[in-house]
Amino acid sequence: MSIQVYEGATLDCLRENPIEILRKMLLIRIFEEKVEELFLVKGMLIGPAHLYLGQEAIAVGICSNLKKEDIVITTYRGHGHAIAKGVSIKKIMAELFGKKTGTCKGLGGSMHVAIDVENGILYATAIVGSGIPIAAGIALANKYQGKNLVTVCFFGDGAVNTGAFHEGLNIAALWRLPVIFVCENNLYAMSTHISRSLSSKSIAERASSYNMDVFIVDGNDVLSVYKLARELVEKVRNGIGPFFIEARTYKMKGHGVYDPALYRDKEEVKRWLERDPIKLFKEKLIKENIITEREFENLRSEIVKEVEESIDFAIKSDYLEFNELYNLVWV
Amino acid sequence: MREITYAEALREALREEMKRDERVIILGEEVGVFGGVYKVTQGLLEEFGPKRVIDTPISEIAIIGVAAGAAMSGLKPVAEIMYMDFLTIAMDQIVTQISKMRFMSGGQLKVPLVIRTQYSLGRVHGAQHSQFFPSWFLQSPGIKIVLPSTPYDAKGLLKSSIRDENPVLFIEAGILYRTKGPVPEEEYLIPLGKADIKRKGEDVTIIAFSRCVLEAIEAAKILEEKGISAEVIDPRSLVPLDLEIIINSVKRTGKVVIVADDVKNGSITAEVAMLIIENAFDYLDGPIVRVTAPPLPTPFSPVLEKQYMPSKEKIVKAVLENFSF
Repeated sequence: MSIQVYEGATLDCLRENPIEILRKMLLIRIFEEKVEELFLVKGMLIGPAHLYLGQEAIAVGICSNLKKEDIVITTYRGHGHAIAKGVSIKKIMAELFGKKTGTCKGLGGSMHVAIDVENGILYATAIVGSGIPIAAGIALANKYQGKNLVTVCFFGDGAVNTGAFHEGLNIAALWRLPVIFVCENNLYAMSTHISRSLSSKSIAERASSYNMDVFIVDGNDVLSVYKLARELVEKVRNGIGPFFIEARTYKMKGHGVYDPALYRDKEEVKRWLERDPIKLFKEKLIKENIITEREFENLRSEIVKEVEESIDFAIKSDYLEFNELYNLVWV
Repeated sequence: MREITYAEALREALREEMKRDERVIILGEEVGVFGGVYKVTQGLLEEFGPKRVIDTPISEIAIIGVAAGAAMSGLKPVAEIMYMDFLTIAMDQIVTQISKMRFMSGGQLKVPLVIRTQYSLGRVHGAQHSQFFPSWFLQSPGIKIVLPSTPYDAKGLLKSSIRDENPVLFIEAGILYRTKGPVPEEEYLIPLGKADIKRKGEDVTIIAFSRCVLEAIEAAKILEEKGISAEVIDPRSLVPLDLEIIINSVKRTGKVVIVADDVKNGSITAEVAMLIIENAFDYLDGPIVRVTAPPLPTPFSPVLEKQYMPSKEKIVKAVLENFSF
């Protein structure tokens, strides 16, 4: 079992229009920027929220290779995965507002908004690492039932130091389960830099000790993420697995929406902002004459309008009646 | 009627449900090749194969996590946690994951799984292998709690638990595995949330859980010799709890003793006592009396462990000292 650095993918790896990939990344970006504004400027949203700003290439690059019925498990930083998996932003926004038209009828909120069974995004946990064995169980059930479904489990770099990570990866590898683990290494678990939390040389090295093929990919290069996912999804669909991806990326903002992230070195932040995944992809598309600056601006305006509509929808939606809660504990 | 052991009754329930429903799988430590540490799953690997009877590493978090994932994807896993003490390793998965999944997904998810475990109080296992703490899970709405005391109940309740569409924590009493009792050959189910009056009586109501039901029945026999007619109620499940049978009995007798193997602080007996106060206060002739373990870890020494545990003698004493008939 090996560790491979995966890089250098080109546009011809895409099965869909590159503008569609750009659009999905931009939708996540603008959605998250609006959410941030709703929290910090307008004060219309409260509670914890963990934005996906800067990591868009990972969710989009991977989920673009999944079918609607393929399974995604994610975490409290899940707005981006929900959007990439095809959940309507109206339902997502309504959930953030705690409304009954939200994905979870307003009972989950931001940290569980990425549970939308009809779109194959089955679980979003707010406890670091806990989704990993659950994803293994989903893959076990799909294998048992002869369903050729792919299960993808997203989590952050903080998760790799939990017991659930160890137990889940060990079992997934021991039983050769059809699942792809995607660690979005954004370098910080809250404020703790990975150099202060990880004893292994790298996350990839730790993962490889569980006897599975591990790939390191630039998580800000959507084409490389896409191409890698394309290859692995095909293998997993044919029953081969598990696989582990360490996607190296960076949070553009802090851990949660209220965190100004002052613990990060300014130079480091600057370096990473230059590697903004949307900026990189947009520049590539302009260079290849696939999109013009004006077309990009038009796309942006369309998306802003779409996000504004989702806010309207959420505001106009009702809350669940309290008594209805009693019907949602038991089957 | 034929008599079989509590362990055999559980095995029959597992076998019948596995035959009936291909979605039922078993996973846990030592459940397959070894046949279960207390032989409950013996022979099931041979009968159903390694795809359905899955030996796991010592990974309690993953045992419950995998069961949860499999349950939300169409299977009906029966996950075994060898000792109740080991549930603590998987508390996040049990309490914070599976018990909340349906609710916080707005009713989208369904996690029909059974966690089978056993507590070994009375088997000289010391402080780390004897714990019984069902009350912790009362703070976790979303998981049912079942506590069988006889082979008959064990079989009927386990079958119902496996067929239930909700998570069920099925707590066996290890000390009862070899106890025998009548179990019919033909199939039957016992609904969850239906208490059983193990012995009818008129003077005092003894509500007992799990192993303590057997002690309560013995105590009732002793009390009968003293001219006191004790009713013994086994709620059989704590969630859901059959309050109706309990309240009806209390209204008749006016005297209540509640018995369980957990330590007194925050015991399940406290919850039942409070429910009686809320629902039948005016009918009580005196204090509600509890017989539980004291607030100490379980001592290893066999002599001390016996003194530590609720017993028929302690129940009789509690009745005689607290009530006049």
